[in-house]
Amino acid sequence: MKLTVAGIPKEYADGLTVAKLIELEQVETPEYVTVSVNDEFIRSSAFAETALKDGDSVEFLYFMGGGQCDGLYQ
Amino acid sequence: MAFTNEQLERYSRNIILSEVGVKGQKKLLNARVLIVGAGGLGAPAALYLAAAGVGTIGIADADEVDLSNLQRQIIHTTPDVGKAKVQSAKETMLAINPGITVNTYRTFVASDNVMELIADYDFILDGTDNFPAKFLINDACVLAGKPFSHAGIIRFRGQLMTYVPGRGPCYRCVFKEPPPPDAVPTCRQAGVIGAVAGVIGSLQALEAVKYIVGKGELLTGYLLTYDALKMEFRKIRVPLARDCAVCGEHPTILKPFDYEQAECDLK
Repeated sequence: MKLTVAGIPKEYADGLTVAKLIELEQVETPEYVTVSVNDEFIRSSAFAETALKDGDSVEFLYFMGGGQCDGLYQ
Repeated sequence: MAFTNEQLERYSRNIILSEVGVKGQKKLLNARVLIVGAGGLGAPAALYLAAAGVGTIGIADADEVDLSNLQRQIIHTTPDVGKAKVQSAKETMLAINPGITVNTYRTFVASDNVMELIADYDFILDGTDNFPAKFLINDACVLAGKPFSHAGIIRFRGQLMTYVPGRGPCYRCVFKEPPPPDAVPTCRQAGVIGAVAGVIGSLQALEAVKYIVGKGELLTGYLLTYDALKMEFRKIRVPLARDCAVCGEHPTILKPFDYEQAECDLK
């Protein structure tokens, strides 16, 4: 089946779950990634049971800190 | 309010834009923006907002300028090392534009002062690094009905989204809760290129300007990601989370609260 992952169309084996895709794509900090499929969030508790279908568009959203690294917050 | 000749000249490149004009420049001069963090993101944002003539800019930061800041925090200079960041930032902003007011808050942002800090401002710019602060600012802005710009940077990458009450998801819709302390690398541990902070902080300033003048499309409902190594921007649609704990259908967060801080940020 064809999936669009982070904007790039790719071919994958049928029956792939979100959890398996995270593994295949070697997603950084997989425990803390936010996943959306066709613009809907998939909560991490549902990664293992959510099967992807042909044509799905998957995005991985990562935590990113920022400009001020010096104890702004106590 | 009529413009002085000096103002007309200073802001001529703004005023000549059909999207800004005299009306938009007046809105900018009457606007109040709070920048939380005078660091990598806050520095370029504060410079551009001051230069653009945002009339009142608040800047909150408890810290002092450190030599290791200067690689990216371009509002501070070498002689400022050791000075309070808010003071150093204020001096540079007023040197660029003496016609604005800069309010400084030399304080940590926490649940007991965040509502009071944001109350007087029209738009909040999150220039913090750590996730407890990011979630705190998000929750406070949602609860107070204030628009804000979220941004994050690490290594060669950055991200940005804009929250406007009633017009799209909040930061917590996308990132449900902070990762455990030290689970996700910070700039201190992983590094960041100064110009990446410049790109993303400048985009935050742009979102504030667009919000104030009421033109263009904001990053509401989108997370913009930037990868400087690939030189690639992506605008990713992000939906509202119906189960969001602060802006969802059944909110459980009814007042701001503090998460524990990562080791990294405690010097």
